[in-house]
Amino acid sequence: MNRNLTVEIKDIGKSYRGVKILKDCSYVFEKGRMHALIGPNGSGKSTLLRICGLIEIPDKGQITYYENNHAVEHTIELRRRISMVFSKDGLFNTTVFKNASYGLKVRGTGFRARHGRVKEILKTVGLWEKRKQSAKTLSAGEGQRLAIARSLVIDPEIIFLDEPTASLDPANTALIENIIKKLIRDTHKTVIMATHNMFQAQRLSDRIIFMHEGELYDEGLTDDFFERPKNEIAYQFLSGKLIY
Amino acid sequence: MYNPNMALLIEGFQRAFSLLVHLDPELLGIIYLSMKVSGLALCIAAISGIPLGAVIGLRRFFGKGLVVSILNTFMGLPPVVVGLFLYLILSRSGPMGFMGLLYSPTAMIMAQIILALPIIIALSLAAVTSVDETVKQSAQALGATSGQISYLVINEARYSIMAAVIAAFGRVIAEVGAVLIVGGNIAGYTRVMTTTIALETDKGDFELALALGIVLLAISLIVNAGLHLIQKKGVRS
Repeated sequence: MNRNLTVEIKDIGKSYRGVKILKDCSYVFEKGRMHALIGPNGSGKSTLLRICGLIEIPDKGQITYYENNHAVEHTIELRRRISMVFSKDGLFNTTVFKNASYGLKVRGTGFRARHGRVKEILKTVGLWEKRKQSAKTLSAGEGQRLAIARSLVIDPEIIFLDEPTASLDPANTALIENIIKKLIRDTHKTVIMATHNMFQAQRLSDRIIFMHEGELYDEGLTDDFFERPKNEIAYQFLSGKLIY
Repeated sequence: MYNPNMALLIEGFQRAFSLLVHLDPELLGIIYLSMKVSGLALCIAAISGIPLGAVIGLRRFFGKGLVVSILNTFMGLPPVVVGLFLYLILSRSGPMGFMGLLYSPTAMIMAQIILALPIIIALSLAAVTSVDETVKQSAQALGATSGQISYLVINEARYSIMAAVIAAFGRVIAEVGAVLIVGGNIAGYTRVMTTTIALETDKGDFELALALGIVLLAISLIVNAGLHLIQKKGVRS
């Protein structure tokens, strides 16, 4: 598959009921890199992520997907080249297998091909033995593993992760982080992850984008950002002094 | 002390059980017509009402709140009013009088569709609206088209939708006003359980009325048990 899809946002603004959630956010995400959007709760990370992932529409500004320097239209074909995992697992009321194979089914992939691919991914995330079980019977950690597996089955070029471990205990968080490292980062997919956990961002990402009150305040390579934050508010956030 | 009313009631029950045990053909005919009329009305109302409820629930449009309010109001439509309106439409001088449908099972089915439809639409609408937003967004993120998302949402709400259909069945099988007005209670042709009970009670012949009353209660019990099971399954899954 041609894997040259990149995404760029320009002057993105969004308000809910008169409250500005995002203010003129612009950024060019690098291909094959893992980006972490960090910032306190309510800084606009999730909204920005949903807008980038074409789940929500901004009030102003543009999201442009490029392939070989040509803008790609926002069609269903483009949406099928990207994927998103939400903080709530959003699992369907059916079996683990059917959840995992949904993305392939909607693309018209035949059962045999679906079965092979789903088996491979479910084995990797340790859920193959539970494939016939109702997804609603899974624990929170298993549910989130399935949610990640489900979005990886379709082999997206860009994957958006919205607080993927927000509701998990430390053991499950470690498990999910390992899956993210092994199946996403190491396969050189472009990843954009929103997290309020700065240590997680430090462990997983190549680049950090710091958000506060709907604005992109600071950005940089992960090590640089954590060692030398360029911005006073980012420094306060890192040192735990930012009260929100 | 001897109570003539009590004796009449006991005798009525004895004869009613005898009719039930001996599978009285008249009784069976009435039950069959009731089930046929209500079953067909329910099928038509479900086939049209579920997608309609889903569409209203899933789409955003101007005046949606008003549509939902009207539907909720129509859920409590008095059957006699439905019967009256349909009578005026189907009577010889009415706009559909030329079809000669008045006092036929078709007219009764039409009346019951009108009664069942708002219940099915409004409860299906509520069912699809209650599906978690993350489920819809996950389907969207996995590359589903809007049609595929709608299908998924209906599937997710299936237990609540089934409960809506059962609730509608409970309403139409037990109603008497509308079918009496547009069906006319013609023996062997449009006489159903509820209209027979009304007629036989009027005549003072309680045995057939009681036998049908027992059948109606049994159906009601089965329907409610079904509803309970479905809701339990919906909660568990």
